[in-house]
Amino acid sequence: MSKFNKNSNGYIFGYAIMLTLVCGTLLAFVSEGLKDLQKAAMLLEKQQFILKAGLGADGLEGLSGPEVTELYNKIVKVEIINSSGEKVDADEAKLSVYKEYKKEDASTRALPVYVVGKKDNPSEVESYVLPTYGNGLWDNVWAYVAIDGDLETIEGIVFDHKAETPGLGARITDPEVQSRFAGKKLSYEVNGINAPDFQKGEGNDFTSSTNKVDGLSGATITAMGVNDMLDAYLTLYKPYLMSKKKK
Amino acid sequence: MSDNIEKKVSEPLLSKKRKQLVSNPMDTDNPITIQVLGICSALAVTIALEGTVIMALAVFFVLVLANVLISAMRNTIPNRIRIIVQLVVVASLVAVVDQVLRAYAYEQSKALSVFVGLIITNCIVMGRLEAFAMGNKPWDSFLDGVGNAVGYGWIIIAIAFVRELFGAGKLFGQQVLPDSYIGNGFFATPAAACIILGLIIWILRAKSGYVED
Repeated sequence: MSKFNKNSNGYIFGYAIMLTLVCGTLLAFVSEGLKDLQKAAMLLEKQQFILKAGLGADGLEGLSGPEVTELYNKIVKVEIINSSGEKVDADEAKLSVYKEYKKEDASTRALPVYVVGKKDNPSEVESYVLPTYGNGLWDNVWAYVAIDGDLETIEGIVFDHKAETPGLGARITDPEVQSRFAGKKLSYEVNGINAPDFQKGEGNDFTSSTNKVDGLSGATITAMGVNDMLDAYLTLYKPYLMSKKKK
Repeated sequence: MSDNIEKKVSEPLLSKKRKQLVSNPMDTDNPITIQVLGICSALAVTIALEGTVIMALAVFFVLVLANVLISAMRNTIPNRIRIIVQLVVVASLVAVVDQVLRAYAYEQSKALSVFVGLIITNCIVMGRLEAFAMGNKPWDSFLDGVGNAVGYGWIIIAIAFVRELFGAGKLFGQQVLPDSYIGNGFFATPAAACIILGLIIWILRAKSGYVED
C-alpha cells in the first residue's frame, strides 16, 4: 500500500468513487433480482386484505399463501367503475388506488370494486369490497371496506398505513380495532354516504349505535383522517351501490 | 524471501484468545448489558418473538459481514473518510437485508418497518467497526462480530419472550397460557421492555460483579 499516499485528495476521491460504484451496482442487482418476489408478496397481501375484509376477520384462518390466491381467484370478481357508477375499461392489475387518489378531480378516478362471492357458492355475493385512500397523521392511510349484500352493513374492514405512529395511529392495523367497524351501517344521504365514525376517546361502549365506533386514545388525528377518508371515498361509490340496491 | 527468517507460527484458528472474542460479548462484555448500546431497537422490536428473531438475524448478518469487509479493507481505507466508508458498507448491507425481507418475509418486514433501516445507526455495529475491525484481521473480526451479534440477539430475544408471554399469553404467535389469561397490556408497551432490560442488566451485573467506573 506504500505506493499510494492514502491521504492525498486523489486517493480519497478515487476510493469514494470506487466504493460508490461497487455498492451501487450490488444494490441495483439485488433490487432487480428480488423485484418479482416483492411484487408477488405485495399482491398476496392485497388479496389477503380483500378476503379478510370480505369474509370477516377469521375467514382466512390457517390458509397458506398459495391457498389464499386460489381462493381469491375462485370467489373474487373485479369490476372497475367511475364515480357515476358506470363500468370503465381498465386493467385491474395495473390500477393503483394511490395514483387514482392523487387525481385532483375525484370524478375522474377509476374505482375498483371487488365482488366477493360466498366460499361454497362463488356466484352468490357475500360482500362488495371497496378500496379507499386518504390521509392519516404523517402519511397516507387506506382501507378495504367490505359492504354486506344488503349494501348497508359493514361486513369487515382492513386498514393499512404508510407511516402512522407505532402504538398510536398504527393501531388501525390491529384486528381488534378493525373489528369495531363490523356490523355498523352506512347511511345514504342526499350528498353522499356517511360512514360510521371513530369517536373521540376510547373505552366507551357503542355496541348499540350503528354509526359510532369506539375511538383511538392518543391517535385522534389518525382516527379523524380515517373518518374523512371513509366518507369521501365511499361517497364516490354511492351511485354504484345505489344501482345494486335497486336490483 | 530469505530462508533464514524463522517462519512465523500462526495462531490456531480457535485459540483461547479467539474463543474469548466470541464468548466475552455474550457475557462479561455484552454490548447491551455492559456497554448499554443498541437499546433503541431492543425496546422497539421486542413486542413479539417472531419479529425479534428476524431482527436478531438481520443484525447478525450485517454486523458479521460488515466486520469482515471493513477488516479486509482496513489497510486501504483513507483515514479521513473512514467513518463514511464504514457507513456506506453498513448501509449497503442493511439495504440488502431490507430488500430480502421484503421479498421473503413481507409481513415481518412491515412489522419491523423503520427498525430494519435503523440497523445502520445501531451503535453496536458502528462501535465494533471502529473499535475492532479497523485494527484486526478478518478472521478475528468475524469472531468478534459473531460474539457481539449473538450477545445482542439473546438479550432482545429474552426480552421478547417475557413480553409476548405476559403481554399476549403467546410464544411465536401460538397461545401457550390458558385462554382465560387476559394479556397484560403493560407488557406490550416499550416501557415494559425498559424495565425487563433493566432487570436483566441488574441480574447479569450482580452475577459478574461489574461496576461502572
